Amino acid sequence: MRALGPLSIAVLLAAASPAEAGQFNAQSFTLGNGLQVVVVESHRTPAVAQMVWYKAGAADEPPGKSGIAHFVEHLMFRGSKATPPGAFSRTVAQNGGRDNAFTTEDYTAYYQTVAADRLELVMRLEAERMHDLLITEEQVKTEREVIIEERRTRIDNVPSALLSEQIDAVLFLNSHYRLPTIGWQHEMRGLAADDARSFYQTWYAPNNAVVVISGDVSAERVRELAEKYYGPIPAKPVPEHLVLTEPPKVAGTRLEMTSPRAANPYWSRSYLAPTFIEQGGRPADVATVLAELLGGGESSRLYKRLILDKKLATAVGADYSAERNAGSFTIYAEPREGVDIATIEAAVTAEIAVYLRDGASAEEVGRVKRRLQEGAIYDRDSLMAPARIIGSSLASGRTLAEVEAWPDRIGTVTPEELLKLARDIIKDETAVTAVLLPEKRS
Amino acid sequence: MSGMAGLRSILAAAVLLAAAVFGALPAAAVTVTSVKSAGGIEAWLVEDHSLPLVAIRFSFGSGSALDPPEKEGLDYFASSLLDEGAGDLDSEAYKARLEALSIRLDFGADMDATSGSMRTLAANTDAAFDLLHLALTGPRFDPEAVERVRGEIVSDLQEAAQDPSTIGGRIFWRTAFPDHPYGRRTRGTLASLGRIEAADLRRFVTERFARDRLKIGVVGDVTPEKLKMLLDRTFGDLPASSAPGSVAETAPVDQGAFYLVKVPVPQSAVIFGERGLKRGDPDWYAATLLNEILGGSGLNSRLTAAVRDKRGLAYSVYSELDPMRHAGMIVGRVATRNDRVAEAIDLVRAEWQRMREEGPTEAELAAAKSYTIGSFAAGFDSTSRMASLLVSMQVENLGIDYMTRRSELLQKVTIEDVRRVARRLLDPQKLRVVVVGDPPSLPGAQELPPDGG
Repeated sequence: MRALGPLSIAVLLAAASPAEAGQFNAQSFTLGNGLQVVVVESHRTPAVAQMVWYKAGAADEPPGKSGIAHFVEHLMFRGSKATPPGAFSRTVAQNGGRDNAFTTEDYTAYYQTVAADRLELVMRLEAERMHDLLITEEQVKTEREVIIEERRTRIDNVPSALLSEQIDAVLFLNSHYRLPTIGWQHEMRGLAADDARSFYQTWYAPNNAVVVISGDVSAERVRELAEKYYGPIPAKPVPEHLVLTEPPKVAGTRLEMTSPRAANPYWSRSYLAPTFIEQGGRPADVATVLAELLGGGESSRLYKRLILDKKLATAVGADYSAERNAGSFTIYAEPREGVDIATIEAAVTAEIAVYLRDGASAEEVGRVKRRLQEGAIYDRDSLMAPARIIGSSLASGRTLAEVEAWPDRIGTVTPEELLKLARDIIKDETAVTAVLLPEKRS
Repeated sequence: MSGMAGLRSILAAAVLLAAAVFGALPAAAVTVTSVKSAGGIEAWLVEDHSLPLVAIRFSFGSGSALDPPEKEGLDYFASSLLDEGAGDLDSEAYKARLEALSIRLDFGADMDATSGSMRTLAANTDAAFDLLHLALTGPRFDPEAVERVRGEIVSDLQEAAQDPSTIGGRIFWRTAFPDHPYGRRTRGTLASLGRIEAADLRRFVTERFARDRLKIGVVGDVTPEKLKMLLDRTFGDLPASSAPGSVAETAPVDQGAFYLVKVPVPQSAVIFGERGLKRGDPDWYAATLLNEILGGSGLNSRLTAAVRDKRGLAYSVYSELDPMRHAGMIVGRVATRNDRVAEAIDLVRAEWQRMREEGPTEAELAAAKSYTIGSFAAGFDSTSRMASLLVSMQVENLGIDYMTRRSELLQKVTIEDVRRVARRLLDPQKLRVVVVGDPPSLPGAQELPPDGG
């Protein structure tokens, strides 16, 4: 379980595993209408991935319309003026391609993987629905039921996901990040065709989008195709994102949920953390290293102490999740059978306190940083990963140069910076502590 | 073959099938190299020097179907412990080595195979293969690690016991194969897990890890000469043959069933299926296209059109072929609101029947061919996915030139073939349907307790 819902995972990944310095060697250009196009040439396989990122997500929804950004994502497959309902995915598939999409708080992304010689086709299709989406009452009526079923699958049927929603709702006091990306069910029921049209017309524009092409194609060819298909789409005024930032937290919160459907107890503690973009992204980089040091995998402090030494937990970890205008840092544990919540909470708290008192050696920090940096090499071992990392970062407000230099920047994080950031954000008196308990069955 | 061209040319050949439908793509020689070490160990290799990475995947030819009945879950348990300390290194030291070298190592078990997968930076190749060798030949099974991992699996089993779709799957397989290991669980049960001791785990390793049914795929920045040396160093001192043990050929119970497990959730999880076919069946390619049209993931399948697009009853509905070594199945899933489960199941049955009676249209078949052929390449865009394919090609006896032949095998399927296979495989009367959820009523369903009773 994570502090944020499944729809926010992409942001988490973007923060956790960006590119090695200069190794994507991505090229970027901007069309006359403001559309940014990024190309990562890779000639290992005769295939190509296209990702189209709109800088609009759940955080841009009007009050009372939670879920509309994700609903528009679904409706983007239900027909444009040139492409009848269902024909988008069918055409991609008939050309040997795969396609899908996802929505997060800050952006909505659409993607296809196709043979390299089908790139033109998918660029034409994406260009059409960038400006020509057709939203009908009939499509809205059926697709609304689909997103409600999606909510049931992802959230309502899953106790830990329900608790996660509640955590966000109290951790974030002011910003839209307190609302679930998929929407509250009672508001989803009221989403209408006009709401979808209005969201689409407000935010879907070439000057509010980034297209990333990764694979077996030259930047020159991409530029040619981009000019041909995306170039003619007129730019239009797009509003500034409403930036709602968080006030200082002055009280801690404790959430307890008992569910007959929870199998094992679960404990977590969440803190507000740096945003993805503040101060050029430096605090976000430091928070990424901190999460790895405390709870990233089987070499982390929490794993060694809670699982190996004290044998109190079956799972433990730390996550840093960064959005454009907010961030959260979460520590979590699943107690071993027979270990109660108070014990696991005390043990985790004590372990964190040791770090907050003593910090970590340069040697330990060095190992953690190298692990993150070498992970960036593995990120190049697929078509989609470079497009995903670059696109999510640009759509969240970072620059391409920042993405390319990520491993170098991680390399400059110092033990002192880490400790200072940890002491700034890890404040138990204003944290959100959450407990999930199985209902006792007789 | 020059290394750099390897992965690319194979994938080019795979994409070639798309060309048959849509026009010209340059043909390219497909080359998977069979590398045999001095010690006689074979691996299939695709050299690719474009990134400084090496991926290996391997599979021992027996899986959890061979677990002793009282010790169901042995294979999975043992596999989960292979990276928990070996030779002189205890769990913490072993994992520290992996971490220091950024080596990604995983082991897994399913009914038919115990397998492993490793990726390493090319600079650390020797050390990585040495660590792999140690895990296969000298796992420690220290009490600390055994009890910790047992606790993790117990926790997973408890989690699974609350998850509607997992409950449904368990009951589906148990009732379809009541007298065969395929009806059991790879991860075992709370009771069987409690009976497994360190001695069982040690015996498992010595009896099952052997060279006789070992299949290996390697992709990345390594030469054949270097690989030969690595193969002998890693697998050379495994015993020549594994302990005898065989799993019977079988088939699912040949009649329909309809079960309901009451669980208080807002959305019911449904699993449905019946007898399918095995990978080596002459009808395999026709069945692949049939399933793509009926319930595949790529196109707007008939199931998706009926259940999701027309009525908004589900976020996801699909069917898939599940070819095991000793039996074949076709299995699907749908999740829908409790008050409309019966309707969703009726729609699935109706599509099953319609396909059985009418088969696909020519247009549907052409589209399915294009998708199945054309989407193949992009599915193997990473070294580890390609290594995995190389192992499957060996396990399933597809031939080293499979990637060049696959498009043709699909292309030559006729509409009559698919109609015949539809009549052979799809029979709504024989569907086994398990619903886990809280539907207000479900006429005809027999209620079972969550543990399967």
